Order: sequence, then C-alpha cells, then structure tokens
Amino acid sequence: MQRLITFFTCLFFLTVPVMSAKAQPVSNEPAPNGEATTNGAASELSAPKQELPALVEELKGKSTTKKIETIRAIAATKSMRAGPILEAYLNGKLFKKKTDGTIVIIQKDGQGLLLSDPYSGKSLGTSPKNKYKKIRVNNRLRGVIRSVLGSLQLRHPDRLKRLTAAAAMFKSHNPKSIPFLRSALKAETDEDVKKRMREALAAAQLSGTNAQAQMLAIKVLENRGDKPALTLLQSATRQGASAEVKERAETAVRRIEKTLAYWEIGQTIFYGLSLGSVLLLAAIGLDITFGVMGVINMAHGEMIMIGAYTTFVVQEVIRTTAPALFDISLLIALPLAFMIAGSIGVAMERGIIRFLYGRPLETLLATWGISLVLQQAVRSIFGPTNQEVGNPSWMSGSFELGQLVITNNRLWIMLFALAVLFALMAVLKYTSFGLRMRAVTQNRSMAGSMGIRTGWVDALTFGLGSGVAGIAGVALSQIDNVSPNLGQAYIVDSFMVVVFGGVGNLWGTLVGAVTLGVFNKFLEPAVGAVLGKILVLVLIILFIQKRPRGLFAQKGRTVEQ
Amino acid sequence: MRNSFLIKTLDKNSVLFLTILAIIAVLVPVANLVVPPESPFHLSTYWVVLLGKYLCYALLALAVDLVWGFAGILTLGHGAFFALGGYAMGMYLMRQIGARGVYGNPDLPDFMVFLNWSELPWFWRGFDMFPFAMLMVLFVPGLLAFAFGWFAFRSRVTGVYLSIITQALTYALMLAFFRNNMGFGGNNGLTDFKDILGFNLQSDATRSGLFVATVIALMLAFILSRAIIKSRFGKVLIGVRDAESRTRFLGYRVENYKLFVWTVSAMIAGVAGALYVPQVGIINPSEFAPANSIETVIWVAVGGRGTLIGPVIGAVLVNFAKTWFTGVLPEVWLFALGALFIFTTIFLPKGILGLLAKKNKKPKPAKPSDKPQPQPAE
Repeated sequence: MQRLITFFTCLFFLTVPVMSAKAQPVSNEPAPNGEATTNGAASELSAPKQELPALVEELKGKSTTKKIETIRAIAATKSMRAGPILEAYLNGKLFKKKTDGTIVIIQKDGQGLLLSDPYSGKSLGTSPKNKYKKIRVNNRLRGVIRSVLGSLQLRHPDRLKRLTAAAAMFKSHNPKSIPFLRSALKAETDEDVKKRMREALAAAQLSGTNAQAQMLAIKVLENRGDKPALTLLQSATRQGASAEVKERAETAVRRIEKTLAYWEIGQTIFYGLSLGSVLLLAAIGLDITFGVMGVINMAHGEMIMIGAYTTFVVQEVIRTTAPALFDISLLIALPLAFMIAGSIGVAMERGIIRFLYGRPLETLLATWGISLVLQQAVRSIFGPTNQEVGNPSWMSGSFELGQLVITNNRLWIMLFALAVLFALMAVLKYTSFGLRMRAVTQNRSMAGSMGIRTGWVDALTFGLGSGVAGIAGVALSQIDNVSPNLGQAYIVDSFMVVVFGGVGNLWGTLVGAVTLGVFNKFLEPAVGAVLGKILVLVLIILFIQKRPRGLFAQKGRTVEQ
Repeated sequence: MRNSFLIKTLDKNSVLFLTILAIIAVLVPVANLVVPPESPFHLSTYWVVLLGKYLCYALLALAVDLVWGFAGILTLGHGAFFALGGYAMGMYLMRQIGARGVYGNPDLPDFMVFLNWSELPWFWRGFDMFPFAMLMVLFVPGLLAFAFGWFAFRSRVTGVYLSIITQALTYALMLAFFRNNMGFGGNNGLTDFKDILGFNLQSDATRSGLFVATVIALMLAFILSRAIIKSRFGKVLIGVRDAESRTRFLGYRVENYKLFVWTVSAMIAGVAGALYVPQVGIINPSEFAPANSIETVIWVAVGGRGTLIGPVIGAVLVNFAKTWFTGVLPEVWLFALGALFIFTTIFLPKGILGLLAKKNKKPKPAKPSDKPQPQPAE
C-alpha cells in the first residue's frame, strides 16, 4: 500500500510543483489512494513522518509571531489531520494535560470532557474537567488559522468541501491566496471544482495589482456573470491597475448587468408562479363548491387551517413515537387531512347548508358562523400561538438553476398544486361521480329528473372541496405560520382567484391563480408589497365590472338565476 | 304639509320606537348627571359610553338594513364607510389637540412629528374646522360608495359576487390604512383626543352630550330611511330586491335606484363612525377588518332584516351579549357568535321582529316564512 502511494507520489512530482519542502505523509489515517491522487495531497507523503506532532507541540509556546509560523508550517504538512487540529485550535478545543503536557482535542460532554487524540482522531474516553488546560488562541491567530484552513480545504478529499472552500476564497478574494489556488487548481481533476477555483483565482487576481492577470480575470468573471462577480468587476472599474483594465471591466459590467436583468425577470416569474401555486391550492376547492352549488363557503379557509393542524399533529406523533418516519410525515398527513377536512365538509353540508338552498346570502352568513366556531375550537385546543411544523429533508434547501435560486419547498408545492389540479380534472371528467357533479352544475333540476340524487352529489361535492382544502393546508403548513388565523389570510385571496378566473372552471382557476401570483410579484418591487396587494384588489374590482363572471365565464341560461 | 308627511311615513310601531329612543335620550343623561351616585338609579359613565357605542353600531346596522333589507345588496364592507367617517372625525379631533401633544407641535399631529414630516399633507387641510370635518364625514364615504356603486351596479354585479367585492374593498382599505405613509397614523391610528368643539372629551357632560347626539342621529336616520322606503322610490326598490330583472324590464333604471340608496346608506354609516370615534377615543385600521363588517350583517339578521327597527334591536342585543361574554367567558364568545350566525340563518330568517310578528298573527294557518319562497321567474 505504502509503496503504491509512493509510486503515485513520484508521478505527481513530475507534474505538480511542490509547495512546501516540509511535506509530510498522512500519519495515522492513510487515505484511499484514489482520493489521495485527486487531491495532490499525496505529493508530500514521502516526507518525514513525525513532524506534525512536533509542530503541534510548538503551539504550547507563548510568542504569537512564532505560533503564526507554526500554524503555517502545520498547514504546509498537508497532513489529513492538520485541518481538524487547526479547527479545534480555532474553536478553543485544543487542550494539554496539566501533568505531562500531552495534547488532546476535547469535546464538551454533558457530564465531563470527551477526549480524542489529535493525530488519529480516535476517542480517548472521558475525563473530569480540571486535569486539562486550554491552549490559548487570540484573534490574530484566529485570522491566520482561518485563511490557512481555507487553503487546506482546497485539497480536502471531499468534493463538496473543496467547492465550499473555493466559494469562500471567491468571497474573500484575497491576493495572498493566489499561490494556494494555483497549486490546488493544478491538482484538481473535477471540472466543476476546477471552474469554481478558476473563478476564485480570478477574483483574487482582480484584487491584485498585475494588469495582465486582471484582464484575464475579468474575462473569467464575465463568464461567471452573477451578482458577486458583478460587484467585483464594479470595484475593478474604480481600482483597476490600468486604464485599459478599467475600460474592459466596464464593458464586462454592462454585459453582466444586461443578462442579470433577464435573470431577475426569470426569478420574479418563479416567485410569481410559486405564489400562484399557493393561490391555486387555496382556491381550487372553493371553485368546486362554488361552481356546483353556487354557495360561497366562508369556512373554506378554516378547512385549510385544519389540514395544516393535521400535519402538525401527525408530526408531533411521529416525533414522539417513530422519528425515523419524519421524512414521510407529509405523505401520512395528506390522506388524513383530506379525510378530516372532507368529513367536516360533508357534516356541514348535511347539517346546515342543505337547509339554506336558494338563499346564497344566508348560506354565506351561516358558513361564516361555522368558520368562527372552527377557529375558536382550534384556538381552544392548540392555543392561539403559532405551531411549528417541520420541513422534511427533501423539502428543505434550495438549488441554483443558472442565476435562479429555486427553493425546494416552493418547487414541490408547485408540482403538488398541479398534481391536485389534474387529479381533480380527471375525477370530474372520468368518474361517474364527476359526471353527476357536472350534470348538477349545468342543470340541477334536469339532473334530478334523470335520477341523480342531487342532495348526495351536493354533500360529496362539499366534502371533496373541503378535502382538497385540507390537503392544501398540508402543503401550506410548509411555508406559512400554522396558527388559528391561517385560513383568514387566504380567504379573500382565494375568492379573488375564483372570481377572476370564472366560477366552476378549473382551467380558469389555474389561469387566475397564476396571473394574480405573477402580477403581484411584478408589482411588489415597484410599489411595495402592501400597495401591490391593494392595487391587485382594486384591479380585480375593476375587472369584475368589465367581466362580471370572470375570465372563463359559464355560458347558458342556467347561469343567471 | 309636514304633518301629513310624517303621518304617511311613520306607522304605529315607528312612533313607539321613536318615543322610546326619545325617552332614552332624556333618561340616560339625567340618570348619569343629575341622580346622585349613591342612588340605585344612577347610571355610571361607563354605561353611558357603552350605550353610546351600541347606538353607533345600531346606526350602522340601520344603514346596512337599508341596502340589504330593501335593495337586496348584501354588503360585507360597510365597516369601510363607518371607519372612513370615523377617520374624518378623528382628523378633526387630532387637529383640536393643537400644541398639547407629546411633542408640543402646534401645526402637526404627534405621529407626523414622529415620522419627521415637515408640513401637513394637503388632505389634512381644513380639518381644523368642525363644519368642514362634518361635511367630510358625509362626503368621503358617500363619494367612495358612489364611485364603487357606479361601477358595480352599472355592470350588474349582483349577489355573492357583489358581497365578495365589498369585502375586498374594505380589506384593501384596511391594508392601505395600515401603511404609515398614508398619513393616517399607520396601525396606531388616531387617538389621544382632548376635546370636541371646546368641550373636554373626558367630562361626563360631554359624554352625555355625545350620547344624546347619537340618539338624535339614530332617530333622524330612522325617519330618513322610513321616508325613503315608504315613498314611490322605496316601492321600486323593494321591487328590485324581489325581482331585479322584472323591475328592469318594466322600464326602471335599476342601477340608479340601487346607487342612490347605497350612497345614502354609506353616508349614514359614515355618521355612525363619526359619532363612534369621540366616544371610544380611538380610530385605527382594524375598524376596516372584513370580520367587523360581517358581524354588522348578523346584527341586522338577528333583529330582523328589512324592518329598520329590528337591526337597531339586534345591534344592541348582540353587542350587549358580546360585552357580557368577553367579560365573563372570553373564549366562549366566538363559539356563541358563530352559533348565532348559524341559528339565525336557519331558524330565524326574519329575526326577532319576525318572530314577534308571527306570534301576533297566530290565527293564520300556514307559515309561509318557513319554506323558501318560490323565486319569481326572471
């Protein structure tokens, strides 16, 4: 094994310039040779073995200037353990034994100290507190350690670590890191990492004084073309080494600004679509009940709230009984929320609303009463404060698509909203229940004459609409505060969507929701969030004047009742 | 001539109602100011203010009944007109504070000083004059209602659609008034009022005076509403309520009838708000909350829609219940209110007054109100 590594090392000596004479092998933790080769860390493996412990011992000294040199030397050993040791030192976790001065890394445990060997990382058991003394670190040293650690990370076997290190270097764009970056770049094989390192190098070069290097750097940064690159280039237009550089930077800035403007529009559209999908989820159930029964369900928002609370309860149960299931908690909550909200909907229809047919305005008041009762019930059971609903791992985090930042939860909610929409369309189109429902929507009395039990269709429709609101609540619990007032926040918005899109038409709801969402997000930067919302409301009010039945109005004589 | 007008307008019940109001207008101040505090007949100032508040709500309920009960427009946004009237009054009261504010600025209200504004915005000009402010109490809600109604009724937005956009209207106004740079004090609203027309707002006499003013406003609004619905105009209006298309086909300009009564109703709501603000001492954007407007509708429903007297009774009863519940069992109040909505719509479609009227006409065998009436063909 050792020989094999040495062999690779020799190969590397031919290509990689050796950064430091004090190269040192990985003493206790031989890396698998694949990693070692990609890292270029293997190039130093042939150097004497015992130097890392000797250097670390020097940290016990008093002189800060000397310690700085030591830290640099430790980093230069390129040992696998140099990183962890310096990190421990940075965080004040490096201790020495009071009796014999043995150096250990200490993690604080609840009861005592958890020791580990700095050179192998192996655990050395626990110990009471008073036997060890911390090795002092000061702010000057911390600064040095941080920059040194950055360059160490550039050669870390873990690809992600290298990427972060390169990103950090890009951010700090310190000309001093140029040599580290150069050597790391030469050793690098992964294309993505290489690209990031090149950009970091360019950023560092741009902050340097070499005009020629700056010209090249500008080109690299121009290709990167995002906001941080823009900031760097903007500073170069002022502090470039020569007039030529400044001019070149300016053209680069202009080009980037232009493309960034397009990306910005794209990002706004994404936010708009995201808001639109939320609106769609909230409004879709309302559209069904309103379309079929001509009844406005003011308790619709509360169905959303109940769905969100169902998610909360499911997660609580999972937390206490089976934490491993947490990632699928939403999948468990979905059918439950549908059943609970749906059965409340059926109960509402059978218990109250069916007595009020032909009196839509009274229905509106009665359902408002129901919404007050449901709100207060939830407040009495769970308390008035916000409840915490966690994101499963697959819903948290974000990724970048070009210059777009796309958060996973918003993306999932968009997909989910579309899935719900199409599922509902399929139910309406291909099931016998859907057929009956459409028949009742178009002509209630005729449907009744044909033997359809309109009462049951009404109850089931109400159940379906409420159930869909319930599953909307599961999704919304991921991006909104789960409180008894959750539903209230959506009720006006979802009505606007339904009214704008046209009642009883799911495509209309989709178009309405997306239009309102995108429109809202484009207005927001121009006039502010609140004023944007007001404008949207006013515009909808005006729109209804023009088209009182919405974008996709139902036609036929049954519409005017 | 005037006599005959009154006789035509007011029936026996109306006279009884007005007489009771007049008696209250005399008795309450007397019980508060003249009767010594030890006497069991003494009414504390707390109750005077509370009753005054109830009667302001009653006035608002009357305004809602005028449009809902007689023109069939279910408004879920009358709180907007109420609050606008209140803001107009609040602005006058703010200007009356003068240099007595926390910052002692004679030209600017405190919140403007706080926001570093250097001069009074144009829309605050003139509010230091009482007549102008009172004009605005009528004009601002009236103008908004006229503009809104002009668009809505002309394009024949009716039924639940109209209800929802009235709600959107008040919601939009609430959001707007929450903004600090609107110039109406942001979410703190207008408060810390000192005096009205030179009378100290904290004194018992002023409070009784405001109470009497509220009762008089309620009486006048009642007479005005009766006059409207008993006239030829009112008959057409009821025709619009019951069969809008048919009335239109008979040659009436339905939208004009609706627009007129809608605007009058908004002005009455504005007056109610203006009387409300000096009594409770604050006006803030939460008065625009859609929930408030919907609650107003239930007062009307409880008392009896389309009766004018019923809404007044409903408003006082429901609000009394609210005061009692929130004092004794705060968490039960929303349950009770919700149940009231459901119960009233299902079992009391004509409200308390409808119940009383039914008892008086017992010999009648059929109970037509229990079944939904067949809708006239349109």
